[in-house]
Formats: sequence, structure tokens, C-alpha cells
Amino acid sequence: MAQRKSLNVNGKAVRITIDDPDMPLLYALRDNLALHGPRFGCGLAQCGACTVHVDGKAVRSCVTPLSSLTAQQKVVTLEGLGTPQRLHPVQRAFIEEQAVQCGYCINGMIMESAAFLAKTKKPTEAQVKDALANNLCRCGTHARIVKAVMRAAGA
Amino acid sequence: MTIHASRRDVLKGGGALVVSFSLAGALGEALAQGAKPLALTEVDSFLAIDAGGVVTLYSGKVDLGTGVATALPQMVADELDVPLDRVKLVQGDTALTPDQGTTWGSLSIQIGGMQLRNAAATAKAALLDEAAKRLGAKQNELKVVDGVVSAGNKRVSYGELVGGKSFALKLDHAKPAAGKDPKDYKLVGKPVPRVDIPDKVTGRFTYMQDFRVPGMLHGRVVRPPAIGATLESVDEASIKDVVGVVKVVREGNFLGVVAESEWGAIKAAEKLKASWSKSQTLPDAAKLWDEVRASKVAKDEVTSNVGNTADAMGQAGAKTLKATYDFAIHTHGSIGPSCAVAEFKDGKLTSWSASQATHNLRKQLATMFGMPADNVRCIYIEGSGCYGRNGHEDAAADAALLAKAVGRPVRVQWSRADEHGWDPKGPPTLVDLRAAVDGAGAVTAWESEFFIPQQTAGSFNVPLVAATLTGMPAGDDIAPGNIFQNSAIPYKLANVKTVCRRLATTPFRPSWIRTPGRMQNTYANECFIDELAAAANADPVEFRLKYLDPNDQRGIEVLNRAAALAKWDKRPSPRRDQRGDVVTGRGVAYCKYELARTYIAAVAEVEVKRSSGDIRVTKFYLAHDCGQIINPDGLRNQLDGNVIQTISRTLIEELKYDRSAVTSLDWASYPILRFPQIPELVYDLIDRPNERPWGAGEPSASVVPPAISNAVFDAIGVRLRSVPFTPDKVTAAMKGAA
Repeated sequence: MAQRKSLNVNGKAVRITIDDPDMPLLYALRDNLALHGPRFGCGLAQCGACTVHVDGKAVRSCVTPLSSLTAQQKVVTLEGLGTPQRLHPVQRAFIEEQAVQCGYCINGMIMESAAFLAKTKKPTEAQVKDALANNLCRCGTHARIVKAVMRAAGA
Repeated sequence: MTIHASRRDVLKGGGALVVSFSLAGALGEALAQGAKPLALTEVDSFLAIDAGGVVTLYSGKVDLGTGVATALPQMVADELDVPLDRVKLVQGDTALTPDQGTTWGSLSIQIGGMQLRNAAATAKAALLDEAAKRLGAKQNELKVVDGVVSAGNKRVSYGELVGGKSFALKLDHAKPAAGKDPKDYKLVGKPVPRVDIPDKVTGRFTYMQDFRVPGMLHGRVVRPPAIGATLESVDEASIKDVVGVVKVVREGNFLGVVAESEWGAIKAAEKLKASWSKSQTLPDAAKLWDEVRASKVAKDEVTSNVGNTADAMGQAGAKTLKATYDFAIHTHGSIGPSCAVAEFKDGKLTSWSASQATHNLRKQLATMFGMPADNVRCIYIEGSGCYGRNGHEDAAADAALLAKAVGRPVRVQWSRADEHGWDPKGPPTLVDLRAAVDGAGAVTAWESEFFIPQQTAGSFNVPLVAATLTGMPAGDDIAPGNIFQNSAIPYKLANVKTVCRRLATTPFRPSWIRTPGRMQNTYANECFIDELAAAANADPVEFRLKYLDPNDQRGIEVLNRAAALAKWDKRPSPRRDQRGDVVTGRGVAYCKYELARTYIAAVAEVEVKRSSGDIRVTKFYLAHDCGQIINPDGLRNQLDGNVIQTISRTLIEELKYDRSAVTSLDWASYPILRFPQIPELVYDLIDRPNERPWGAGEPSASVVPPAISNAVFDAIGVRLRSVPFTPDKVTAAMKGAA
């Protein structure tokens, strides 16, 4: 049955129409709101491509049912993290290090790193690698991603 | 030759050019095949310049996440002397781009880029001829800056010279136009930042998985639980509670659902009850290598034959060494499962996909649906990295089938299990090697047999899953790619015989995965030459240098430079000076790609934990000579990819299956390398601006497995001959050697 759902996405209150209150957040973001940042990779919370922030915490949107979210919780996607004109420091660092191959996983890498750096100001390289241990990249961009996160941390 | 004399009005001769400039608008509209020149022998096929001086490139080679969407415009902008941001790229659209062959084999720059460069150089020569006339100047008085030709204070722009008109110039790629002197390059050889990265890190990029067309529905496939199973019945009532289901599509053994929303399609596909026959077509995984060895041989291909190995092997006093190497079945493992959109309209099919071979896909779809190829247009949209022929083409066939069934455009997104279970696989490879060594430790003979699936002559059509399941024309081609390459060796020995035993069958639908065959074959060869070095108690680098062709100086240089880069410790392997649980070793490997192009040498440094059998690659050194480097930063990025992805394949990856189907359907059952496991990477890029550019997207992957195996041997004195080098195998090998 079609029903309305209120969310706060990238600083804006939005209302969407859904058929299933347990639909994962990922599909609301991609299909209802036409966002391209969060990506479908596995639907199993194994790869991290779908990562978004909910109240500043990195979560896997592919396994986050809409029913678990309130209209007050702040959902931020890659688009909301920064824009080409106002880049988030992590986004800027990824450009400076050219830390992208196909880039399909990069949403997750940036969102996970941004949440991690918000808590951990001066990480070691080993801490960055551990923080990203559950984000998969198939192209083999890992070394540049670590450099980019260290750069964003000002290390 | 002047542009003026042979110029055709674009609106008359090639109206497509005008449309194609606003491609975003053209995506939804069907542009007829044949409106724009596509022949490889025409400048207009590759290049157009509008009145504003904007250059549009039409490339049949596509960016698979490798950075060629930057490197190809870089080559052309430099050749034409226009700013990079004035070059637009159209990729892999069968109505607009010439068929430059599949985007594979590290040929995008080597072949595709050189064809584009030839078109640009030819166009530029004509532009300068025309400019000289218009300006009343001599050729040697002309200067070109940012697409404006000047002679003294007189100037004319490319836009004014040719704007919106066709060139109508012929190309001969065998005799390319002279073009620029490499010393005059301004962009080639520079680490130009990639054009796609800003959009990719801000969520503005449209991947295939993001692409939508008006009126589009969402489809999902329901694959058989067993390869070869027959669909017996479908219970459509099982999904009556799912909102927005448009249709259950059943055709033969193909089953799919179409729904208004993506989530509706996912739920419908999950809940749909169907019954299938039992099917057990796969070998017992525990006996895979017996099965491969016992497979029927379709034909033997002798890939090198020098001297007489049989005689040399039989020589009195010759010591014979033998070894067998195997390399597991691998999946492509794209992070984004395959996705495609298709629309049937007025008897014509438009297919959007991330296919690395849209021209070929067009023919396959035409065959499948029994339509003239002229009524099929395939358009490339970049997807998740594919590393070869993954499921993109199959998703395109699924989408076309569903779109036809519902009469509306349909997007098909494969699930993770669809991708892991149904993408074609890198076939299992088994290699037997023998060598004869004389009393002085010199190698007198080398023989090898590679047990690898056959390649259907002249066809690289991997049969489309949907065609096979429905019983529509699919063909039964076997297309693992040119996996015979690098079965012959780069070493000059008196007696060599290398044979590929091309098998009639292989357990899974095969296709090419990054460095197909070259990786597996180089692994066996470079490990075995290391075995011979150890048998001769020789330093592994010195031993290789002794047998490399002295006339092949680039090969010798790359190997020496890798050794220098790694501060190679000259001594025989294994080292025997270590106590304790964690020991270290270093190993070398060398490859001349396809024995004809890119040279690579690597040194791996590893740690082996003896108590657990865990291997950790700590440092990886690479010396790389691909001739003229177009973009050194892009090259380094690709080398990272080659090394890290191949460490993953070498240490961890192996397809799991039972007698019916693939069972490693997610990242838990098919793990890949994670951040904490990556090594430090050190490169020496050998740039040769005056040589032609060769490929770099895959050659360096070839040396990774042997460098690791050889390093492990150096560390623990045990030879690993079965990829992946899992802790269990390491432990078993140590026990066997004890």
C-alpha cells in the first residue's frame, strides 16, 4: 500500500511515497530521490558501497529499513557531504591524490573516512586501514585511498 | 588535399554529427545506425570540430575505470594543439563510434589511442593546409596555439576552418600521418588529472547503475538454482502481495520479473516460487585438476618449438626437473553488479550497458532476437570496473528480453548473487613443465603443456545467458580470450617446446579476466625458471639474465632496474638463515607481454608465518616499460590496480561450487584483499617518448603470482604451485617438504 514517509536528507525535509515501510534506505535515496552517491553493491552490508551518514555515523543504507528512521534523523549522502564548489576535505583529498579507478566503491570510502576522521583527528595509517577494513575495492585503489585519507587528516 | 574541395555539408552528408554534439539529448532518441561515418579509414569516424572549436572524439574503446577518458583526449588535444577541456569524448556507441575492437588486452592506447592520434594528425595537416591558403602564408610560418592558427598577425581558428563540416579525409592506420615530434608534446607524458574524478567523488557522475529513461520499469532475473536445470513450474500467486508487479516473464528456462519500482522487483524476485529440475553438470571440486587433465583435447597448439627437446631430455648426464602448476577459477568480482537498460520501439532495440564491446554486443543481440543488426543500437555507459567480460552483456540481454515482453523500457540490475554466480569465469589452468639441466647447471631443454579451454576460431562471443536459457539463438562458442599468450618463454634456450592442449570443455562458461592466460602462463613459467635457478644454486636474477636474448636490451634493462629498485640481495634461494615463526623472503619475476610488447619485472617481499601458513606481501617493486608514457599518474594508478588485485587473486581467491552451481555467491564466501593486507608499492617507470606507446592496463599483473611464489620459496624453502596460496596449502606444502 502506498504510504508517505518523511525523511531529512542532505539538510532538507523530504516526503516520499513508498509501498513497503521496510524498504532499505538505499532505494529511497537512489530511486525516490534520484541521488547517485550511495551505490548498490551487495545488499548484504558486506562491501560498503552504499554507505551514508545517519546523524554523523556511517551506516550501510542497503540494510537500513526506512521504518528504523525518523524524520528528525539527519541522513547525509556523498552529495550532501560536499559539492564541487564546496568540497569536503576528504573529497578534496581524493581529487588531489587521484584516488579513484572506476570509482564505484568511492562513495563508501569517502563516507566511511569522513565519519572516521570526525572522531579520530590524527590517525595512523594502520588506523585508517582498519577503519576501512570492511569497505571493499576491486580495482586496487587502496594505497591511494589511504594516502587521501591521511592527507585529509592533515597528517 | 584541401578541406574545401572535398568538404561535404554535414547536414547533407552526416547529419548525425550535429545531433551527436548534444549527446545527453540524443540518448533517448534513436539515432539510426549508419547516419554517421564509422569506418576506421575515415577521419570523420573519429573526430569532429564544431564552429566553436569544440573537438568531439568518437572512441570505440571505452573507459572501464582505467582513465582512458582522460588519456585519449590528452593524446588528441596535444596532437591538435587544443586545450584538453575543449575535447569531448563519445565512447562505445554503435551509432556514433567506430568499431575499434573490444576494450581489452591493454590496447586502448596502443591501438585505440594511436588510431585517434592518426585521425588528429591527419586532420591537423589538412587544417594547416587550409589555414596556409586562407592566411596567404607558408606552412613553416604557421603557429598553432589553442586551436588558433596564426601567421604573423593574421589568425584563423579551427572552428572557422572546419566548424561543423566534415573532413572527408582518408586514414591508413598502417601508414599513420607523421604527427608531432614527441619533443613538442605539451600534454602527453604529463600527469594530467583525470576528468571524471571530481564528479565521482561528489555523487554527480552517472554510472550505468544510475541511468534512467522515461517510462522505465525495473526488472530482476530469477536464475536457475542449478546450471542446466529446467524450469518446471512457476507459482505467480506467490508474489500476489508484492505491490507494483507488472509481469512475470517466463520463456524456456528464463525467468524474470518486471515491476514498477526497483524494490518491488527485488522482493518479487526473492519471493517468486518456482520449481526446477535437478541438474548436476559440474565436476567434484576436490577432483577439479583430475577432471581438467582428463578433458578431451580439441587440438594441440604448439606455441614454440626450437631444437629438439626429446633428444636433449634424453642426453646422458642430463638431470630432469618436473613440476605441475595450477591456477584456480576466478570471478570478475565487480563491486557494482551488472546493470543494463533496454527499450524496444518501432521494431528497434536500444540497449544501454557497460559492455566493453558494444559493437559485438549489437551483433549478439541482433542474433538473439532475429533482427537486422541495423535495428539495434548499443550505447556504452560506464559502470563498475569489469576487468574483462563480466556480466554486463548478459544483463543487456536480460533487459532486452524483459523490455520486449512488457513493451516498455526496462532496467535490469543484477543482485550480488547473480554477479558472483553467473558472470563468466576465468577458467581453471593446469600446466606441466619439464626441463633438462646439464652437469654444470645449464638449462638444455624446456617442455611445457598448458591445459586450457579452446577458443572458438574467429569468435569472441561469450554466449548470452538469457539466450541460452530461453533457447533463443545463442551460439555455443567458447571464448576465454587469447589465453595461449605467454605460454612460450622469453628465454633463449637451445631446445624448447611449449604446447597448449586446448580442451573441448571447461566446467564454467569461460571468459577473459584481466591478464587472461598471460597471468597463469607467466606464473607457471616464472616459477619454474626459479626452480631451475634454485637447482643450479644460482641467483634468480642473474640466472634469468643469463638466458634473456642479448639483443632484447629493453628486457634486460627492465629486469636490472627492478633488481636495483628493490636493492636485490644477490644470492641463491632459499635463504636459510632465519629462525622464528615469521620469516621473510624476496622473489623476482619477469615478463615480456605476449613476447611482443610491454616489459615488466617485479620483486615481491613477503612475510610467512610458519605456524599458520599466512603469507603477507609487505613490499612490491615494479619496473615497467610500456614505451611512450601518455599519463604517468594514470599509469601508476593502473599499476596499483594490477598489483593489488592480483595479490588478492593469488593469495585468496577461488570459486566455490558444488555439483550443481556456484556456491560462493557473496563477499563472505568469495573474499578479496582488504586494506590491512595491502603492501607498500614502489615503481620505476621507464619512459621512452620516442617509442610507440604500449598497453599498461594488465601486463604488470602477470608477474605478481610468480614473484610471490618465488618469495615464499626464498623464505621457507617450499615451492607453492597452486593458486591461491592459502594458509592450508602453505602448511601442507611445508609438511610435505619436511
